[in-house]
Amino acid sequence: MMTCWETIQGYAFRSIGIGENLLPRSDFTLCQQFTLIGSGLIWNVYFGAMALILGFVFANALAMGKMHRNPWLRKPAEWFIFVFRGSPLFIQFFLAYEALVLLPRAGIEILGLTVQTSWLTKAWAGALIVLFLNTAAYTGEIFYGALRSIPKGDLEAADAYGITGWSRFRRIQWPTMLRLAWPSYTNEAIFLFHATTLVFFSGFPAFQQRGDALYYANYFADKTFNPFVPYPIVAFYFILLTLLLIGLFGAVNRRLNRHLPTNTRSRIRLRPQLIR
Amino acid sequence: MFEFCADPKAIEGLQWMMCYLTTGKHIDFYLSFGTVLLLLAITAPVALAFGFGGAMAARSHFAPLGLLGKGYIAMVRGVPDIIYFLFFVIALDQGIEWLTHQVRCPDWSEPIRQGLEFRVCPEAKVPHSSSPAIIHSAYNFGLAIITFAIVFGAFAANVLYGAMQAVPRAQLETAESYGMTPRQVFRRILVPQMWVYALPGLSNLWMILIKATPLLFLLGVKDIVYWARELGGTKTQAFAYPHPDWRLWYFLFLLVFYLAFTRVSEIVLSRITTRLSHGQATAAGEMLRKAGAR
Repeated sequence: MMTCWETIQGYAFRSIGIGENLLPRSDFTLCQQFTLIGSGLIWNVYFGAMALILGFVFANALAMGKMHRNPWLRKPAEWFIFVFRGSPLFIQFFLAYEALVLLPRAGIEILGLTVQTSWLTKAWAGALIVLFLNTAAYTGEIFYGALRSIPKGDLEAADAYGITGWSRFRRIQWPTMLRLAWPSYTNEAIFLFHATTLVFFSGFPAFQQRGDALYYANYFADKTFNPFVPYPIVAFYFILLTLLLIGLFGAVNRRLNRHLPTNTRSRIRLRPQLIR
Repeated sequence: MFEFCADPKAIEGLQWMMCYLTTGKHIDFYLSFGTVLLLLAITAPVALAFGFGGAMAARSHFAPLGLLGKGYIAMVRGVPDIIYFLFFVIALDQGIEWLTHQVRCPDWSEPIRQGLEFRVCPEAKVPHSSSPAIIHSAYNFGLAIITFAIVFGAFAANVLYGAMQAVPRAQLETAESYGMTPRQVFRRILVPQMWVYALPGLSNLWMILIKATPLLFLLGVKDIVYWARELGGTKTQAFAYPHPDWRLWYFLFLLVFYLAFTRVSEIVLSRITTRLSHGQATAAGEMLRKAGAR
């Protein structure tokens, strides 16, 4: 029988392959469940944070593309957003996995160099790509909506001052877009983190039983036939994660709104809106 | 299906494809689209009813009921919905078995949770172990529907609670000053007016519900995802219709199905929104009025 401290030492980083090799098989303690599920949370944070950062950049491009007058830029952006927002994330995961598996195992020859492809079928890369594209589409739509609702007066004022082109975008449009979009974007970020729990249930295998928080919770629920312990533990961790996100995004929101009189500041209201 | 399908190894090309796409398993695959539609058709009204109940409870002045409603509304905010899906399916199953156990075997002495097992008396097994397979799958489907209804009811409660709060206070006060009882105000003023505020949220919810249907697969129902994996996998020469790994094409088909479904829903919902905005004291209603006057 291990003490709780030994369990934490053994399993705290189990999900990334550090520590005990075998998962507990009998005599499951509360400590084991808390440690292992918490360990799995590393993957949720990794997927969520990486997809959010990469997706933010691409979403800006998508929103600008969708606003653009040139149909060669507008149409691809519209279609991209439509495909990723119109279909379930679950199906996207399956589809991406099946597509990535079909890549030649030995790698692809490009200009005499052999590009390895096997890493793409691993969850850390393949699932991240899907999550990145998915959140970029949702965020792109949010940013597009915000770009469209920039007050006309702001743009006219910029014209009056002779601010045009790139500097108008960078100094007037983009900050205003971000400020208007931020409450919705906070929601998107929260539900992106929630969506990361789908990864190991959708084709991508958990290599050497290294999975995310829900993967371990599901493991315990299957082994003990008792859903009343592991699932509330994951729920607890996710509530903490959500509160942390609200804190972080709220701080950014205050900064984005700091120049406005207090009664016109936009406030973040948490609305559950997205299951992909 | 067709007569020339009798020997699939002998035919080729288009004929082979026609026979392949009409095998018994493929018919099951097509029927499973019906399962998805059935789930939507049952879940949507049930979830709406749950949501309505939740929103009414949250508005209640009776503290425990209000707390219950608010708790239900808050349920889906911080925790991924998929956790609820996985949780409720087992929890409901065990809850039902526990209840039947209490009723049918009152003098059963052994504890139900023995170490790692959940053991009720044989008479309390739901569905009974001797019942046919169709009962088992119907029971699974029923559990899935209840689970969907609970989770989406919480989402709907969010939307409806917000919509009820959005009805202008003056409307309700006017009704009160005419001497209507709270019940009358609720039924005659609040509920008819709240729908236009609830509609954007409910449309969004419908889209979410469509996109959540593949999760049926995780609940152990033989839905379209199950069949796509089953049929698409590599079939060796031992099968009547051998083919390499075609899962990519099956999932591509599912993707197109969902895209078409959400697109059609979007168009229909935007029409309904326009219709409901007629004569409402909202910006959209005002725009319609001006467009008509011109």
